[in-house]
Amino acid sequence: MDQKKREQFVDTVSDFIRTVSIVLPADIYGKFMEIMRHEKIPSAAACYHNMHKNMYHARKLCRPVCQDTGVIEFFVGVGTKFPYMDEIKGVLHDAVIKATAEVPLRPNAVEPLSERNTGTNAGYGVPYIEYDLVPGSSDLDIQMYMSGGGSSLPSRSRVLMPLEGREGIKRYIKETVIEWGVNACPPLIIGVGLGTDASTSAALSKKALLRPLGTHSEIPEAKDLEIELRDELDEIGIAPLGFGGSCSVLGVNIECAAHHPATLGVGISTGCWATRRGHIVIHEDLSSKNLSHIVFPENSHEKTAENADNI
Amino acid sequence: MRKLLKTPITYDQIKDLRTGDTVYLSGELVTCRDAGHRRVLREGVMPELVDLKDGAIFHAGPIVGKDEDGKEYIVSIGPTTSRRMELAEADFIEKTGIRLIIGKGGMEAKTAEACREHGAIHCAFPGGCAVIAAREVEEITGCEWRDLGMPEALWIMRVKGFGPMVVSIDTTGANLFEERKKLYRSALDAAEE
Repeated sequence: MDQKKREQFVDTVSDFIRTVSIVLPADIYGKFMEIMRHEKIPSAAACYHNMHKNMYHARKLCRPVCQDTGVIEFFVGVGTKFPYMDEIKGVLHDAVIKATAEVPLRPNAVEPLSERNTGTNAGYGVPYIEYDLVPGSSDLDIQMYMSGGGSSLPSRSRVLMPLEGREGIKRYIKETVIEWGVNACPPLIIGVGLGTDASTSAALSKKALLRPLGTHSEIPEAKDLEIELRDELDEIGIAPLGFGGSCSVLGVNIECAAHHPATLGVGISTGCWATRRGHIVIHEDLSSKNLSHIVFPENSHEKTAENADNI
Repeated sequence: MRKLLKTPITYDQIKDLRTGDTVYLSGELVTCRDAGHRRVLREGVMPELVDLKDGAIFHAGPIVGKDEDGKEYIVSIGPTTSRRMELAEADFIEKTGIRLIIGKGGMEAKTAEACREHGAIHCAFPGGCAVIAAREVEEITGCEWRDLGMPEALWIMRVKGFGPMVVSIDTTGANLFEERKKLYRSALDAAEE
């Protein structure tokens, strides 16, 4: 790959990282606005107003909407005909270093056990990259997640006894939200993974967290559970920010896999109200399309959509 | 009650505040989180550039940028989860004489008891409002322990009207978030009956 093309590839990804750190994706922004407009409790409404004002200033001043820009994680679908497969890892790495210096992002990568901060958000094993193959495609599909400290703290997974059943799953999730969710900047996105063991359930819960709000599991029983959990968590009313209000969550997404009859694995991944995630497709000619955002930072070359709310 | 606190913070300034009250801060604010607490308590080292007695700490790790003249400024700053410091905060209060702790969410029984005993309060600043908070920081006046990295270093800042914050633990030891959690729990239990 010639140097010029590689630079274009790095710039595309680092611009994408900049956008994700400064403005929220359309699905989360839309849900936030809906919650803000429906909040009747004055103290909670004032809090949402403040959060909204913060989004406005972040976009205008081109500064990260939250100081915790997380540890950066990529979930990439590599088209088997994408021409620059060998470059992906290096490009993602370089794009993170570039965005960290230029936006700037907070350097959050501390090396294992020595606790030394690398200063660049890159280091041993980070940015974290998960690969999947997309047969026949010539695109690179990238989902990015900024894993913040506060919103990562409640994440957990456990293997329940099958006899604990559906009620056991619900109880585990609700207790986690009450005990730890109050500190994780609610209203939260709750990603739930149901599988056989702790690691597969945790991985599925992250996949659930990445799925856009407003979509549902294709498995009817899981869809029912998504709605039921959302309504029952909202009934508890921990949002905004644990002070108490009319809701708790932006949404509940469940991803599941058939499991061993002797185990009931449950994973939970939580996202804060300002969950920063994004989705971009890079084509073989290195042109790209952002699939997640309709609002862009003021200094971005991409234009904010006309139908976007005026923030 | 709404009140503006000014550093150095005397016991008189905070003794009548109660959980749920709204406060703002003007004066000196110092960031201190996991590694800062560890250094003070485990390694027994006190910061040299700042006196924490009657002071205010912020559980926060900012993004710090440099302007055209090379002067450091706060790009974004917001609270981190205070509960992580629960293991250390009571001893930290006793050792430093700090009066105001600002963070996200609540803290637990040991910190609440230390607040009652030594006359300190914990306040919650809204999480995820990092650009608003950065605009309330007038200047970075110093930085200690840079070796801990940007998030964990002690950033010493002059702030004006920093807030609004909600008192979550007061000088009587009352604890807003623990009370809230009891309410949330009873809502959960009621729904299951």
